[in-house]
Amino acid sequence: MEFFLQLLIQGLSVGFLYALAALGFVMIFKSSSVLNFAHGDLLAMGAFFFLVLSVWLKLPIYIAFILTLVGSFAMGFIIERLFLRPLIGESLILVIMLTVGLAAMFKGLLLFIFGGNLFAFPEFLPAGLSIRLGNINIPPVYVATFVISIIFLLLFGLFFKYSSQGIYMRSVADNQPAALSLGVHVRRVFALSWAIAALVCAMSGIILGIISGINVHSTSIIGLKVFPVVILGGLESIGGAIIGGIIIGLLETFTGGYISTSLREVVPYIVLVFILLVKPYGLFGLVEIERV
Amino acid sequence: MKKLRLHPCGNYKEKYEEELTIFETDFGRLWVGIGLILLFVVIPLISSPYLLYVINHIGIFAIAAVGLNLLIGFTGQISLGHGAFFGVGGYAAAILTTKLGFPFYLSVLSAGIITAMVGLVFGLPSARLKHLYLTIATLAGQFILQFLFVNWESLTGGAMGIILPRATLFGLSLKSDHTYFYVVFICFVAMLWVAKNLLRTRYGRAFIAIRDNDRAAEGMGIPIFHYKLLAFAISSFYAGFAGALWTHYLASITPDPFTLFLSVEFIAMIIIGGLGSLTGSVFGAIFITSLNEILSHASEFFMNLPALAGVALTIAPLREFVFGLAIVLFIIFEPRGLAEVWRIIRSSFRLWPFSY
Repeated sequence: MEFFLQLLIQGLSVGFLYALAALGFVMIFKSSSVLNFAHGDLLAMGAFFFLVLSVWLKLPIYIAFILTLVGSFAMGFIIERLFLRPLIGESLILVIMLTVGLAAMFKGLLLFIFGGNLFAFPEFLPAGLSIRLGNINIPPVYVATFVISIIFLLLFGLFFKYSSQGIYMRSVADNQPAALSLGVHVRRVFALSWAIAALVCAMSGIILGIISGINVHSTSIIGLKVFPVVILGGLESIGGAIIGGIIIGLLETFTGGYISTSLREVVPYIVLVFILLVKPYGLFGLVEIERV
Repeated sequence: MKKLRLHPCGNYKEKYEEELTIFETDFGRLWVGIGLILLFVVIPLISSPYLLYVINHIGIFAIAAVGLNLLIGFTGQISLGHGAFFGVGGYAAAILTTKLGFPFYLSVLSAGIITAMVGLVFGLPSARLKHLYLTIATLAGQFILQFLFVNWESLTGGAMGIILPRATLFGLSLKSDHTYFYVVFICFVAMLWVAKNLLRTRYGRAFIAIRDNDRAAEGMGIPIFHYKLLAFAISSFYAGFAGALWTHYLASITPDPFTLFLSVEFIAMIIIGGLGSLTGSVFGAIFITSLNEILSHASEFFMNLPALAGVALTIAPLREFVFGLAIVLFIIFEPRGLAEVWRIIRSSFRLWPFSY
């Protein structure tokens, strides 16, 4: 029973982490309908940026944290400006391929600079954050993951629902030419969505780093775990990303705990294939799928 | 002797067959003949064994790239699983040869067919949906297959892999690079010929129609589901066939090479070569394989200089960076790839010295 509870808590926190990572992905998909294959590498970039600032330059944690967020926001802008802006109006295949190329580029760059070693972040969360439930101890990292994820997810839900920028983003995703003709600044929407996505990625990268340390290979794999999550939840749905993230996270930890650790990494993809067969628009996605 | 047909100074085509013809002039036919003679007589004569080894790799990868281009470039469906499909072909050939004692040619052919069927499993859920979903399903396929390669130990030998006996064809040993060169390139020419002619048939035209506008294609009476699946199966067949050739060439197989990175490498080949161009896929295979060789030579070179041995170790990941950069630069600056560059060079030569 204790083992079960431990797995449950671990699974939930992994799930929230996936949900947070999926959020950035949904952000880009919602505004430009681009599947971003470079997502995991954006996440790794954020995490390593934080590593450089906090461990190598020895800045105070809070300053490092804020600088990381600002830096990755700027990086999102730059990526959009340099690589995606020239492709506005080109076919979607080219854009998706471009993100595949970007992913390889970023990963190579990170491997070149940092190598394939595992890096750990310094312990900086106050120990008072940990919660005791009976004889189960929830470590502060998991509590922080829950809290940060929930805050971010709420913020983004509200952002898309009520803020004017969020509404612009949804309109661009829905119909780009129509949004353009109604005076929406499509280029700014793209730039902003990449910047925000990079910021969210950095956020989840840092959390991942606190939980398990960072390593170029395993961190960038997280970006691909996002696909089962968003397909399960529905590609356009923020709520779906949360539920999907939690389900996938739990599924993974329980498989890892009870069946086998090597199966753990593949289970999300097996689920993915089944969802595509049975309910391709996911739990909360838009049902209008073109069956062609 | 009949008169040679040359380039007319305008468009005088009167029949649809004239549009379809592969060789517009007899010079084209002549050049292909010369090219084949160069390929099969001159290259094996002048190349060193190492160079032949590289050329054989180019041939094998070019077969897979042609197949992938049929899918991505002509049908407009992205696959991120071709690295694993290439591996499925390799494993199928290895298992058929070692466990069931299939002869070489039969094992390569059946490996292609098995891969086509495995590909269908992952194509099936997604062929009903738009291309985004096929991409995601093939990504899942890549990971699931990779898992099976490592963990289905009774069949694949796990991380140790399988060691094959040297391939023989009709009692002839294919051990040397020299003899294998002929096997690879006869297959290569045959597969290229099939692909080129496939694109001129009803099937090829249906693929292109689906790529250009799937709704219009369906409106014109093309059963899209069937054709997408067919394109996927053909493409997987090419990948599996190439994988089987590769495995027989190296005479061993382990799960290591068939990662997502290999899939990205194949995609890089066809983007750099040119989407929707068969010659482009060949150029892409040449480009990527040579780039690979050059980079590994560079790191070897640095390794031999004691002062720079540290640089050599860090240079290896740059391979991934360079591939990514090549994909990105080609998409932004020359989305039609090397095939377009080649076309420009050719037409400027044709018009030389009066370019207008």
